[in-house]
Amino acid sequence: MRKTLSDKLAILADAAKYDASCASSGTTRRDSRNGGIGSAGGSGICHAYTPDGRCISLLKILMTNFCIYDCAYCINRVSSGVERARFTPEEVVTLTLEFYRRNYIEGLFLSSGIIKSPDDTMADITRIARMLREDHGFKGYIHLKTIPEASQELIDEAGRYADRLSVNIELPKDDSTRTLAPQKRPETIRAAMASVRLKQQASKERSHTGKRAPKFAPAGQSTQMIVGADGSNDKAILTTSSRLYTGYKLRRVYYSAFSPIPDSSAMLPLIKPPLVREHRLYQADWLLRFYGFDVDEITDVAPSGNLDLDIDPKLAWALAHRGQFPVDVNGAGRNVLLRVPGFGTKTVNRILTARRSGALRYADLLRIGARMGMAKSFVTTPDWSPGGLTDSANLRARFAPAPEQLSLF
Amino acid sequence: MYRVTLPALGFFEAWRDAARRLLTHAVPPDQVEWGRGEDASLFPADPLPDADGPHAVTTTKEFLSLARTALCHTGTEAPTLLYQALHRHQTNRRALSNPADPIARKLSVLQKSVRRDIHKMHAFVRFRELPTEGNRRSFGAWFEPDHHILETGTPFFAKRFADMDWMIATPQGVARFEDGTHTFHPPAARPDLPEDASEALWGTYFANIFNPARLHLQAMRSEMPLKYWKNLPETDLIPGMLADAEARVEKMRAAMPTEVPAHAERILSRLPQPKVADLPQCMEDARTAAMHCKRCGLCEAATQTVWGRGYAQADLMIVGEQPGDGEDLAGKPFVGPAGKLLTELMDEAKVGDSWMTNAVKHFKFRPTGKRRMHQNPDRHEIDHCRWWLDLERRFVQPTLTVALGGSAAYALTGNDAPLKARRGQIETAHDDGAVLVTWHPSYILRLDGSAAATARAELLDDLAAAAEVIRSDQGSSHPVTAALGA
Repeated sequence: MRKTLSDKLAILADAAKYDASCASSGTTRRDSRNGGIGSAGGSGICHAYTPDGRCISLLKILMTNFCIYDCAYCINRVSSGVERARFTPEEVVTLTLEFYRRNYIEGLFLSSGIIKSPDDTMADITRIARMLREDHGFKGYIHLKTIPEASQELIDEAGRYADRLSVNIELPKDDSTRTLAPQKRPETIRAAMASVRLKQQASKERSHTGKRAPKFAPAGQSTQMIVGADGSNDKAILTTSSRLYTGYKLRRVYYSAFSPIPDSSAMLPLIKPPLVREHRLYQADWLLRFYGFDVDEITDVAPSGNLDLDIDPKLAWALAHRGQFPVDVNGAGRNVLLRVPGFGTKTVNRILTARRSGALRYADLLRIGARMGMAKSFVTTPDWSPGGLTDSANLRARFAPAPEQLSLF
Repeated sequence: MYRVTLPALGFFEAWRDAARRLLTHAVPPDQVEWGRGEDASLFPADPLPDADGPHAVTTTKEFLSLARTALCHTGTEAPTLLYQALHRHQTNRRALSNPADPIARKLSVLQKSVRRDIHKMHAFVRFRELPTEGNRRSFGAWFEPDHHILETGTPFFAKRFADMDWMIATPQGVARFEDGTHTFHPPAARPDLPEDASEALWGTYFANIFNPARLHLQAMRSEMPLKYWKNLPETDLIPGMLADAEARVEKMRAAMPTEVPAHAERILSRLPQPKVADLPQCMEDARTAAMHCKRCGLCEAATQTVWGRGYAQADLMIVGEQPGDGEDLAGKPFVGPAGKLLTELMDEAKVGDSWMTNAVKHFKFRPTGKRRMHQNPDRHEIDHCRWWLDLERRFVQPTLTVALGGSAAYALTGNDAPLKARRGQIETAHDDGAVLVTWHPSYILRLDGSAAATARAELLDDLAAAAEVIRSDQGSSHPVTAALGA
C-alpha cells in the first residue's frame, strides 16, 4: 500500500529523533520584508516541547531512513527491521513551508540515511535546500547533515544554502567507531569537519578588492556524541570535545544519552539512558567553553575520570580545591569569580559592573541574582565571611542529595 | 498631585511624553500617580502642565528601550518605577547602570518577565489558514499573553511573514497585517478559526519526534507552561503520549533483536572495501595505506594523515618535523606560516623539484583555550612513523635529503644530538643516503631581530648549497660530499 504523507512523516520523524541538535540561533540576521518568506538571526525560538523535555525548533526529519551502512547504535542501520520510507524533495519543501507559515517551526533540519552512495545522498539533501532558498525564497533556518564521505563540491554547495552544517562524530573513541560503525572512518569524519572549518574561514576573508566571499554556513557546525554506548569515561568524551572545539571551531558538541531503540542490535546495552550523566557532561562542556576550565581540571577530581553525578562539576572542582577559597568578591578578577560555585557568567558580569559603583555586600549579591546558597561557602564580602564553612568536612553533604537507604528486598 | 492615565495602545509614547513634561518642571516622583486604562482614582488630581518647564531632561537609549519593555508589564508599578529612575537619573547618572541598585534591579525583573512573554508569543502563536479571495494567503491566530505585548511583540511576525496576510487576536487587542501594512485594533470577540489540515500533520510530527525512553516532564512544563496549553493544538496529544511511553520502552527492551533482513548482507557486501596493501609497492599505495595508520596514538587526536607532496622522482627530499594546525586541517604539508617561509626561501635559493614531507605524519597538539598548541613528537612517535618515511625514501631515492630541525635529523640519522653544532653538515642516513642538517623554518619564526636574521641566512645558505649539490650531481657523477667540500 502506498504510504501517505502522514505515514512517511511518522516514520521519518521517528527516525530522526535520536539527533539531539535543535539550535536555530546565531545565524545572519535576515527577514522577508524584501521578498520571500521567513526570518532568522538572533536567538533561536523553541516552538514546542515534547514530554521528553526536548524542544521542537526545527522540523527534524530524515529524507529517507533507507541506509546502506550498518552502525550498531542506529535505528536505521541496514540490518534493522524498521519500517522504511522516503520523502520526495517536493514533500519536504511543502512540509517545511506549511509548518513554517503556521509558526510551528523555525526551519528545517534535514538528515538522511545513505542511499546508493554518499554523493547521491548529499546531492539530494542539497537539492532540497536549494529548492527552499531559490524557488521559494525561504529565509528561515536550515541545518543540513553533512555526509563525510561526500565530495567537496557537494559540501561547498550545501554550505551556501545552509545556516549550519553538522557531521556526527557519534562515538568519542576511534576504536569504538571502527567496531560499532564499521563503514565509517573516524579520520574521514574529522577531515570533513576540517574542510567545513577552512571553508568558513575563507568565507570571512575579503578579496584584494575588498569584496566579501559568499557566506558559508554562517551558524557554524556542530556535532553529536552518543554517551553510554561504548565504555568511554567522561574524561575521554570531554577530551574529544575539546579537540573538536579547538580544531574545527564547532559551535556545539551535543551529548546524547544512548537510549534504547526499537529492534536494537545485540552489541549494545539496553539500559535506561544515562540522563544525569548527559546533563553533567553539558555542564562540564560549558565550563570548558565559558569558564576557562581545562578538561583535566574537571575530570581529575575523581580517579575514575568520570564526573560526579550528585553534584555539578564546578562544585566538585571547588570542593577538591578548597585552598583557593574563599574568594573576595570585591577584589577577585573575572577568572577567579567564574570559578565560584553559584556564580554564572551573567552574575560575574553584573558583579564586575556593580563594583564600579562601590563595594558589594551580601544583600547586593542576592539582588544581582547570585545563587548564594551555594556561593556563600566560597566567598567573602565586607559583611560576610564563611568562617570554617569553606573547610568544613560536611560541606559536600550540604549540596549532594541525601543518601538513600538501599532496599533490602 | 498629578495623575497620568496610560492608554491601552500607544502607552509607551504616552508615558514618555508625560514623564518628559513632568521632569521639565522637576516634579518629584511622589507627586505623580500613574494609572492605566479606566483606572479611577479616589482623589482629584491636577492636570499636566500645558508647556515644558525650565529644566532640561536627559536620558539614555538603553533606558528608553528598558522603558518600552517594562511598561508592557501588567503590574501597576512599572510606570512609577520608571519615573523614579528617570527622575534620579537627572542628578545621578551612574545609579541606573549599577546592577545592584534596587530600582534598576526591580526594573530588570519586570523587563525579563515581559521579554519572556514576548518570546513565548513568538514561539506559541499558532496560525490557521483562513479562506481568502485575493492572491495573498491569509492566516489567523488567537493568543493570550500575560502582559501588554501586542505592539512590542507583533512586529516580529510582520518581518517573518511579509508575504502573507495575518491577524493575531488577543484579549488586549488585535494586530492585523494586510498587504504589507501593520495595524492595531481594539479588542474584539475571540475569532472562530476554521479547521486546518496541516494541524493534523503537525500533531503527527509532535507525537513521533518524542522519545518515550527519556521522559522529562518538568523540563517540558517549565518551558511550555500549562497556561499556554489551551491554545496549542499539539498539547492535546500529550496525555496519550505519556500513557503509552512506559509500555513502548518496555516493549523495546523486551523485544529480541529481529532477524537481519536478507538484503542487508547483500548491500553490505557491495560497499567498496578500501584495499590496504601490507607492503605498498608505489607512492600512491603508500599514501592510501598511511591514511588509515594507527601505529601510534596520534591518529586519535589529529584530523588526518598528512602525506608528503611534490615530485616523487625528485633528487631532493625535504623533511620537516610534523604537520602543524593548518597542515592538519588542509591535509597538505608546509601550508602554514613555517611552510610559507620555507617556500619563500626555497624560491630565493632556486631549489628545483623536491619531495617535501615530515618525519611524523600526524599533528601532535594539546588543546588550550581556543587553540591547539603544537607539541614536539617524542622519539617513540618518530620511530613508529619512520616506517612511512623509509617507504617514501625508497620510492623517491633522493640524492640528497635536507633535514629541517632536530626531529627530522633524528628520524633520518638516529642521532638526536643538539642541532647547533650539526647545522650545515652532511650526515649519513639509516639507509646510507646523504642528509644535510639545518634549521626548521618555525625556529626562525620563534626568534626575534638579529638572531632571526642570522638563522634565516643560514637556512637560506643551506638550501642554496643543497640546490647546488643537486645541480652538480645532475651535471656529473661527483659524489655529494665532494660538491660541498666537506
